[in-house]
Amino acid sequence: MEKMIKLLQQNARLSNEQLGAMLGCTAAEAAAQIADLEKRGIIKGYKPIIDYDKLDGEIVTALIELKVTPKKGLGFEEIAKRIMEYDEVDSVYLMSGGYDLSVTVKGKTFKDIALFVAHRLATLDSVISTATHFVLSCYKDTGVILCDDVKDERGQNWL
Amino acid sequence: MIDYSSVLSKTVQAIKPSGIRKFFDIANEMEDVISLSIGEPDFKTPWEIRKKAIQTLEKGRTWYSANSGMMDLRVAICNYLSRRFRLEYHPETEVLVTVGGSEAIDMGIRVLISAGDEVLIPEPCFVCYAPIVTVSGGIPVSIPTKAKNGFRLTAAELKEKITNKTKLLILPFPNNPTGAVMRRSHLEALTGVLRETNIMVLSDEIYAELTYNGSHVSIAELPGMRERTVVVNGFSKTYAMTGWRLGYAAGPAPVIKQMTKLHQFAIMCAPTTSQYAAIEAMENCDDDVRKMAEQYDERRRLIVDSLNKMGLTCFEPEGAFYVFPSIQKTGLSSEQFCTRLLQEQHVAVVPGNAFGESGEGFVRISYAASLENIMTALKRIQVFLDSLQ
Repeated sequence: MEKMIKLLQQNARLSNEQLGAMLGCTAAEAAAQIADLEKRGIIKGYKPIIDYDKLDGEIVTALIELKVTPKKGLGFEEIAKRIMEYDEVDSVYLMSGGYDLSVTVKGKTFKDIALFVAHRLATLDSVISTATHFVLSCYKDTGVILCDDVKDERGQNWL
Repeated sequence: MIDYSSVLSKTVQAIKPSGIRKFFDIANEMEDVISLSIGEPDFKTPWEIRKKAIQTLEKGRTWYSANSGMMDLRVAICNYLSRRFRLEYHPETEVLVTVGGSEAIDMGIRVLISAGDEVLIPEPCFVCYAPIVTVSGGIPVSIPTKAKNGFRLTAAELKEKITNKTKLLILPFPNNPTGAVMRRSHLEALTGVLRETNIMVLSDEIYAELTYNGSHVSIAELPGMRERTVVVNGFSKTYAMTGWRLGYAAGPAPVIKQMTKLHQFAIMCAPTTSQYAAIEAMENCDDDVRKMAEQYDERRRLIVDSLNKMGLTCFEPEGAFYVFPSIQKTGLSSEQFCTRLLQEQHVAVVPGNAFGESGEGFVRISYAASLENIMTALKRIQVFLDSLQ
């Protein structure tokens, strides 16, 4: 299972046949393993990794630090679940340290995001404060280097 | 005008240059070529090893070391050989740190070979042995290994080539280019032949850590073999440290003594920075080695499975990072296959006959390349094969 997850994290588009070969099982067994991981909710989905800098039409990403008042008996869960409902929100993490929730938001412009924070997040009852940090450049995302083309720099030493 | 052909050594001039240089010049000109031809890891040297080297550079530890290598490194090497392969050597007298495994091979052959001595070399194999034997005045005698035996050297093949002039057997396993390994039982069969003789063995074990479906066994571990074996190993393949140029030889004290003498005159000592880095590698990087070997193994299985499905039959290579499929059913020679694959699909692999005549009809494909590149190259090879139909 662990090996299957590692391989899919490297490349989720390996065929069942290829996965089977690499793990030393049949394609059918590989397919069954994946089905099981999906059924148990361990694998939640498969998505491409996009370099937004290369995409026509700008996309702006921001990390927003939120300080919130936890609700009695519910802790941070209620507010976290409220925030994750917005389509603009990419991720929501509960954090240790200087603030409580880390929220990643994507929008078309800086202004879009600023307005989203002002109108949708800052106004929520339990939110005490927000701090918005815009992403200027992405060097690496989910383990994939985006800033440079990965090149084989080795010399042609065939020995 | 100097007539250089009369100035230069006749022996050296007679050595045949590698015939595939031209082939790689073509590859270098191409933009989108995927090279599965390279004989070095695609991984970078683990960071901890690089960091160690940087630290010693910052401290200015850049002097010569002892001729035979830093004592701490020789101790680390002996501990490693004992821990991994149950080989016991004395760091003071039985180990020499060299400039890559290549120098250990060079020195080993030079100190053992006198004019007219015969050296047995199983083929296909790494290309350096025969030329070094020749410049040492020896006579290279190749032993073609066979696909039907998984390119292993058999006792019968060995016995057949032994004469009263045979001085040395080169034992290059895990093998470049075939990926063949010699398991304990295969080695035992050879020792049955060798123990009756005075033949020495130079066991090139540079790919030892890249042995799959089991662990590497060194011939020096078998009864009666330690005294007649020089083990050559190094850091290039195991720790992805090719450019650091560091290897070693371990063997009987009288042999190492002569090798050290020659090494002292020719080289002085192996690079000091690399030696510091190598201590870190041997003491703290088992985990990195294991992780790299696991990835090679996954790629190996993928590539063997895919090639066999395409009809390029290959026996299962169990070591190094090469597969050696037969291309005979395409009707092309090894060189034709490689040239056309390069020109038509921009994938570089090495013709099998570059590693000896017995490699004709095969090509060497290296899986020291990223999974992405391997997958793309496999698709291109399929397109190429389809176009031949």
